[in-house]
Amino acid sequence: MSGMSRTRRARRSEAVARAVTGLAAVSVVSVALFVLAYIVYHGIGAIDWTFLTDVPRDRGREGGILPVIVGTLWVVATTAGLTLPIGILAGIYLSEYAPRTFTTRAIRLAITNMAGVPSIVYGLFGLAAFVLLAGFGRSIIASALTLTCMTLPVVITATEEALRQIPQDLRQASLALGATRLRTIYKVVLPAAAPGIITGSILGLARAAGETAPILFTGAVFQMRKLPDGLSSRFMSLPYHIYAQVTSVPGWSPTLVWGTALVLVAGVSVVSVVAALWRSAQRRRVKW
Amino acid sequence: MRTPPSDGARRLGRTTTRRAAEAVVRAIIHVCGWLAIVILAAIAIFLAWNSVRAFGEAGLGTMLSGTAWYPTSDPGKFGMLPLILGSLFVTGVALAVSVPVGVAAAVFISEFSGPGVKDVMKSIIEFMAAVPSVVYGLIGVAVVIPLVKDVFALNSGMTALTGGIVLGVMSLPTVISISEDALHAVPFDLRQGSAALGNTRWQTTFKVTVPAAGSGIFAAVMLGLGRAIGETMAVLMLTGNAAVMPTTVLESVRTMTGTIAAEMGEVVQGGLHYSVLFAVGLVLFAITFTINLAADLVLERQRKRWRR
Amino acid sequence: MNALLLERDGTLAYTAGAVVADDAVDVATREDATAAVRGTFSLSGVSVAYGRDRVIEGVGMEIPARSVTALIGPSGCGKSTLLRCLNRMNDEIGNVHVDGRITLDGADIMGKAMDPVELRMRVGQVFQRPNPFPMSIYDNIAYGPRTQGIRRKSELDLLVEESLRGAALWDEVKKSLKKHAFELSGGQQQRLCIARALATKPEVILMDEPASALDPISTQQIEDTIAELKDSVTIVIVTHNMQQAARISNQTAFMLRESLEEPAHLVEMGDTKKMFTNPDDSRTESYITGRFG
Ligand SMILES: Nc1ncnc2c1ncn2[C@@H]1O[C@H](COP(=O)(O)OP(=O)(O)OP(=O)(O)O)[C@@H](O)[C@H]1O
Ligand SMILES: [Mg+2]
Repeated sequence: MSGMSRTRRARRSEAVARAVTGLAAVSVVSVALFVLAYIVYHGIGAIDWTFLTDVPRDRGREGGILPVIVGTLWVVATTAGLTLPIGILAGIYLSEYAPRTFTTRAIRLAITNMAGVPSIVYGLFGLAAFVLLAGFGRSIIASALTLTCMTLPVVITATEEALRQIPQDLRQASLALGATRLRTIYKVVLPAAAPGIITGSILGLARAAGETAPILFTGAVFQMRKLPDGLSSRFMSLPYHIYAQVTSVPGWSPTLVWGTALVLVAGVSVVSVVAALWRSAQRRRVKW
Repeated sequence: MRTPPSDGARRLGRTTTRRAAEAVVRAIIHVCGWLAIVILAAIAIFLAWNSVRAFGEAGLGTMLSGTAWYPTSDPGKFGMLPLILGSLFVTGVALAVSVPVGVAAAVFISEFSGPGVKDVMKSIIEFMAAVPSVVYGLIGVAVVIPLVKDVFALNSGMTALTGGIVLGVMSLPTVISISEDALHAVPFDLRQGSAALGNTRWQTTFKVTVPAAGSGIFAAVMLGLGRAIGETMAVLMLTGNAAVMPTTVLESVRTMTGTIAAEMGEVVQGGLHYSVLFAVGLVLFAITFTINLAADLVLERQRKRWRR
Repeated sequence: MNALLLERDGTLAYTAGAVVADDAVDVATREDATAAVRGTFSLSGVSVAYGRDRVIEGVGMEIPARSVTALIGPSGCGKSTLLRCLNRMNDEIGNVHVDGRITLDGADIMGKAMDPVELRMRVGQVFQRPNPFPMSIYDNIAYGPRTQGIRRKSELDLLVEESLRGAALWDEVKKSLKKHAFELSGGQQQRLCIARALATKPEVILMDEPASALDPISTQQIEDTIAELKDSVTIVIVTHNMQQAARISNQTAFMLRESLEEPAHLVEMGDTKKMFTNPDDSRTESYITGRFG
């Protein structure tokens, strides 16, 4: 074998590899763009003022989705109110207080495992624990608690990672000035880590907004006359509305359902992508 | 020139209240830290507790080996095998889609693309992960069901294949991002060493980087698998939900997740069927728990290996 | 004048300091002269271990108030570790065990009675790498006073100005106090850190190689700052730069860890001039000359 042909062969396999992996990447991108385009194309026609401000009529075949949007916002806001404080405090525990022991490792393991528990299992848990045992009934609060369990690992991990990015120097400087650990965390470490924490939390909450399985048995309803008026009220929700239309309304209106999907996807993905871009920009700007 | 050191008495007076307040906050932080373990344990306990009746009356062995799922007949038959097989069929198809495409795309992102392309790809993957599963289900209903029906000339396009394809797309973000992390974690020296031996970029990737990241890629596949098994809404909308023993992927199947979602709304609370659905949930939990544990152990070992 | 006198007379400083420490309420009303003697450290039999690794053993020394004490010695001999004993920053690192007795103005600082948080308000620290907080210049300086509960704007303004003047940074930043601290140069950042430490009105400032990350001009500025500060604060500085130690310190302590198996100890401590011209111990001489050569 001459050196020439060996080089040529190497170059050819290089080109093939590039083409094959590139093809995979391109197909991933195409699928994503197809999904996006399909939703926009089919949904955009439904979006108008009436659609966003009217109540569903004729079991959702006509009218709008106002209570559906409002219900989603209620649940997400409640989930955020529960998840953020707990998740951030837990992240602080792991990054600032947790000893390097077996139990800490067990907590980390529990967190990664929580992230992998199927959403329908959270639904079962929410039904048994919050709806029935705690007696909240099917309600916004029961659903929000269920979604909180599901979202916590995301917020905890984001917080812990963001806190770990903050150099030890800063903590030392604050402690050496006579600040307590807690004050150091509150005044120096948390503000510096805020972008990472906020972004990670937004991503987690956006996911929660799109979940159906956990709210299926814990409070989401197909139809409601009025808007929710409190945490014990039941609620309509964008993902559940889509599911219910497709599976239990004969002759469902494709335009309205795709419109609903567009509202959901736009809300969730715009928030997620913007948050992710903001975080990577932030990372590039602040170099410790 | 310098004023005297600030007022010691004021400081000392505050010390006690400050200490008390700190102790309280620290206690809260500790409780929150431990909450993950509490929740995970609570999930297992609640599932098990609610499954007790199913284990007692239907029996775990009978359920796991039974091939007939007729929950509403009298007496009800609770053989989970069709459901477990249904989940496996769908998941198998999903992995066949997501693993080759996902790993190849991760190799491309990590090894063959510049920072600009990388950022775009990451945003796109972020978008794919953010799209709710019910929307994937909807797209499956509109696009993939008719497609499968026409291509294979079937009476119904609601098959394991249909659900699997959509599920494969849905697990792509997981597979890609974790594989990409694993490739990214391979130390630069290692690649440089290979390049210095006259290997091309591809040879380096193929002979050095990918094997070095092997365990991480394996973990990515495991986590993609976990996500596929646990996915509910899309399969519920796409697989037709016939609870019979499947023989090919071109048949309608009913998954474990789909069964819980579809039947929980119609059962009597505390009844046998209700309890059996919790037992299905418990099986599902056990499966995903094992998968995640395995993936985590693999990832942890990899982290240790590259830590200097 | 007063300061000079007291500086030589360690005993006087000791007793006066003890009175002040026992009766903190009166501090504010006392004369400056009383406050002027605070900041005397006395160490005896100090040993430190990281886990089972004993790194320092049996260090005893007197650190007089209002003067500059330099700690020198080869890398890894425990200078930073010893420095951290003086403000109990070792408490913040897990698995550290400190033995022996350390008093600040006669009060034991290692016992339960001493709150490390209180101690650190009296004993400030400047680190090797400039580490300003990610906030404005003003907020950086005001951080310590705010921690002490000072909220009044006029009081804070005064402290900020005083501290920045003390660190010879005022003229450069007085027009841009709201600027983000990261926009300053490395040397300015380090002087900002000194100012930040000054703002809590400490009796002592510990400096761990404060100029090692800086260019010659910035180093010069830091040294000038130290020279000005020593009339009002006790300074303990770790440095690898022998000329620097010779230039700025009043007394020098030389530490040595002879092998990795045994802990480091204090070889000798004395007047800087004497240490650099005519040390008692031959190891001191070879270390110092080795560095010069
Ligand atoms: N956090 C720690 N955990 C364990 N060992 C430590 C730690 N910090 C320091 N040591 C060890 O203690 C010894 C003294 O370290 P120290 O940092 O005090 O030395 P140093 O004299 O300041 O060195 P340098 O001049 O390089 O700054 C070294 O052997 C070091 O390995
Ligand atoms: Mg040091």
